[in-house]
Amino acid sequence: MKQFICIACPRGCHLKVDENLNVTGNLCPKGEIYGKAEATNPVRTITSTARVVNRDKVLVTVKTSVPIPKGMMSEVMKEINKLRANAPIKIGDILLKNVLGLDSDIVATKNIE
Amino acid sequence: MFDILIIGAGIVGSLLARELKRYKLSVAVLDKENDVGNVTSMANSAIVHSGYDPVPGTLKAQMNVLGNKMFDQLTKDLDVSFGRVGSLTIAIYDEQLLVLENLAKRAKENGVEVKILTREEVLKMEPNITKEAKGALLAPTAGIIDPFNLCVHAMENALDNGAELFLGEEVVAIERKDNHFVIKSAKGHAFEAKMVINAAGLYSDKIAELVSPIDWKIMPRKGQYFVLDHYKSGLVKHVIFPLPSEKGKGILVTMTTSGNYLVGPSSEFVEDREDFSCDVSTLRQIKDSAMLMVPGIPFHQTIRCFAGLRSSSSRNDFIIETPENIPNFVNVGGIESPGFVSAPAIAEYIVEKFVSKIFKLEKNKDFNPKVRKYINPKALNARDRNLLIKENPDYGKIICNCESVTYGEVRDVLNRNCAPHTIKAMKKRVRAGFGKCQGTFCQPLIVKEIADFYKISPLDVLYDKDDSNILLEELKDLK
Amino acid sequence: MFEERELIIIGGGSAGMAAAIQAFEDGVKDIVIIEKDAVLGGILNQCIHNGFGLIEFKEELTGPEYATKFAEHTRSLGIDIKLESTVLKVTRDLVVTYSSKEEGFISLKAKAIILASGCYERNAGAIQLPGSRPSGIVTAGLAQKYLNIDGYLLGKRVVILGSGDIGLIMARRMTLEGAKVLAVAELMPYSNGLNRNIVQCLQDFDIPLYLSHTVSNVEGHGRVEKVTISKVDQNYQIIPETEIVFDCDTLLLSIGLVPNVNLISNIGVKIGATKGAIVNEQMETSIPGIFTCGNCLHVHDLVDFVSAEGRNAGHGAAMYLQKGQIGSGHAHKVIAGDNVSYVIPSRLDKDLKEDVMLKFRVQKPQDNSFVICESKGKVLKKIYKANLIPSEMETFKLPKDIANSIKGDISIRIEKRGEGK
Repeated sequence: MKQFICIACPRGCHLKVDENLNVTGNLCPKGEIYGKAEATNPVRTITSTARVVNRDKVLVTVKTSVPIPKGMMSEVMKEINKLRANAPIKIGDILLKNVLGLDSDIVATKNIE
Repeated sequence: MFDILIIGAGIVGSLLARELKRYKLSVAVLDKENDVGNVTSMANSAIVHSGYDPVPGTLKAQMNVLGNKMFDQLTKDLDVSFGRVGSLTIAIYDEQLLVLENLAKRAKENGVEVKILTREEVLKMEPNITKEAKGALLAPTAGIIDPFNLCVHAMENALDNGAELFLGEEVVAIERKDNHFVIKSAKGHAFEAKMVINAAGLYSDKIAELVSPIDWKIMPRKGQYFVLDHYKSGLVKHVIFPLPSEKGKGILVTMTTSGNYLVGPSSEFVEDREDFSCDVSTLRQIKDSAMLMVPGIPFHQTIRCFAGLRSSSSRNDFIIETPENIPNFVNVGGIESPGFVSAPAIAEYIVEKFVSKIFKLEKNKDFNPKVRKYINPKALNARDRNLLIKENPDYGKIICNCESVTYGEVRDVLNRNCAPHTIKAMKKRVRAGFGKCQGTFCQPLIVKEIADFYKISPLDVLYDKDDSNILLEELKDLK
Repeated sequence: MFEERELIIIGGGSAGMAAAIQAFEDGVKDIVIIEKDAVLGGILNQCIHNGFGLIEFKEELTGPEYATKFAEHTRSLGIDIKLESTVLKVTRDLVVTYSSKEEGFISLKAKAIILASGCYERNAGAIQLPGSRPSGIVTAGLAQKYLNIDGYLLGKRVVILGSGDIGLIMARRMTLEGAKVLAVAELMPYSNGLNRNIVQCLQDFDIPLYLSHTVSNVEGHGRVEKVTISKVDQNYQIIPETEIVFDCDTLLLSIGLVPNVNLISNIGVKIGATKGAIVNEQMETSIPGIFTCGNCLHVHDLVDFVSAEGRNAGHGAAMYLQKGQIGSGHAHKVIAGDNVSYVIPSRLDKDLKEDVMLKFRVQKPQDNSFVICESKGKVLKKIYKANLIPSEMETFKLPKDIANSIKGDISIRIEKRGEGK
């Protein structure tokens, strides 16, 4: 039995999900969807920064284009920390394609001239 | 070999160094801290007391009254904010009116001008004082001072005139030789001087004992304070005191030279000479006491609470003396209130009474008592301010929003003697970081200014002490 | 005597930019934005996490992306933007004085002003933090700036005081970048942050949350060495013998934000419960021609609402510039009733031309309740809310016909379902 606080709306229902993926404690259908997802494959978006090598002391802000598995957060961070981006950069530029084979890209969220 | 070595760059040490450079003497100052005036001299009420309070006949009384008179010229030469706003000592109960009479008598004995005011006169002068006030003692010669910059500018002037300053040097041993001393520091440096003045504040007894046994000791007495934000509608114009007690002058309410309000200090003896902590119950007591005199203090505008340690001694008066048969070593200890106002007089006293016995005092013709004038853009009218900015655009760009400090002022102090090396040292000089946001917006900019000027990594910029680096790690390393 | 400009907007963050764009679209052609930083965007530039823009742009954006969209739009309109310029003074007759390297010390006479100067963080002094004063006691926003803009970690072992969203966000940021966050202490018996952040910033990283706790001591000589937290009772007083001591090097403070209103509070603009100005439905303050919006009016949790409010103020200023004083000149007061911290606007013209969106926050969490708008004991409108928490701003539409029919003050209060009077 897994327990989660639902984050779909501010109510924060306390969900319980059993091995058969039956969700209880939710007051609406969104909670059931969230509960099932969290129990089977919890995913998270990572936002961080990456070094821009050809601009002195400048960082570009980045995010994962698609949420990645929660358990892979530190591994993805390691990849982000290795990034060496080159200006000019536009919002949406892919700085690292398909990070760790997770079908998610590391994209820029800031313009750097 | 220096002629004179001063241990301690607080207000006494800094003013003394400057005073000594009026003569042809080589002077060095040592301090364990990373800035001048970094302990008691920066954590006090910043009051230039009038001198009615000390017991007549004591050194405290003598030095207080003499020192007070010196502040107009001193602050003019050293370009430091000073306001002779006067003080009011408030009587709240009828019995206290008798005490006011006694204080007035004491003032007369000390040669201090005071006046007893009636209830009506007090409330007219200060409408925000409690309606319970029965009367007050007005001391017109009392004032408020910028304590940080008095110390800094005094040392700057001493250095401009050829003195030498060694910060980060804690004295651990003093060897007596035939007619000089060898002073050893924790870092392993050795200094030699024909005469030593021990102005080491909280540690003055420990330094004294390195040379000779003494019959006094320092008993640190903590005082906690509230600092309130700039208060547009004005609260009080004078320094407001309660009646003094055996604990001291009591909890005062005053405006500062920067337009803030200061409430405090408390008075409690502590064991640890490094205990600068604040505690909830003492702060509450300060609030309660202060509100008895000024009921409407806007404590919700508090931007900082801090504590200072007074160098109270077992002797209850200033200690300015040489050990027996050692005329070239002077102990200056127990400089608690009225220490700050007395400091310029103490400096002259030391020279006159002790230095003159060891050295022939030949005037230094090149002595310049004035620091290079400080530019305060806020004090200029629009036309002059624009001329200034045209000449030096750094004065147009604001670095600290809360206190409206410009890049020009920051870069100016970096280029002077007694320049700041730490965030705290910069704060004391230009006020960046003293405002309501306490440095949240400007600290990164100040870190950059210090790092760029000294050509060091931002990781090496300290807040104050040696292990107080602001930043611990640079991320996304390019290695 | 001074150069005259139509509309001066103080602050080029989310509120200022939205106000500028709206005023332009409403026909104001001479607009100046005065911004102290080197770029537009304000605090959003350092809020690199996502969750912004769901309402405004129907997509989930990070702070910098949201700011960039507005900045590009603002620039495309040819609005006069003065960067690295700090406003130092505003007068009652709308003279704005600012300073910059390029221009010097300049005063402009405006026909209307919008203050969009954001907010600042409460610091140790504001809560009389007990203990010593070593380095390493920093606000969350400062840590965020050093981390996200400059790339520095200012602590490796961190205790956080305050479970508001900034503290929670920084707990995650610092953990992801290699620090160890040991605990979050929260004075209240409930967290002030969104559940989403409790889950994704604390639970994801096994960071313990201590509710009803506060910092009772800080030790350290040069730098923080130990932080002690203690439990508090219902009156927020420390309960003895409940101390937990953490060996750490940083105490991060996330203890509240305060509107930055010195420029107008100093000239007598009436200040309200939020510590920002009292405004009417046009976002106009008690001084005609001075408008305000964004975090300097009341602290927001969702930037989308900031943009909406900015547009409200921009529109108000535009109407003022084109038509003079809007409205009848007489206003209803809107009062915060039971369990309501504040309502904005708190003044409504007695002859509204449009429906009004009232914004409010509750003081304490309350579920299964009605939000009741009433005047002189008569209920004007009520809506059901399953869940109300202080950290989420709520809106309440008040139709103009209902508002205009009222004779006395209006109040907004919260009433538990079934406990009607």
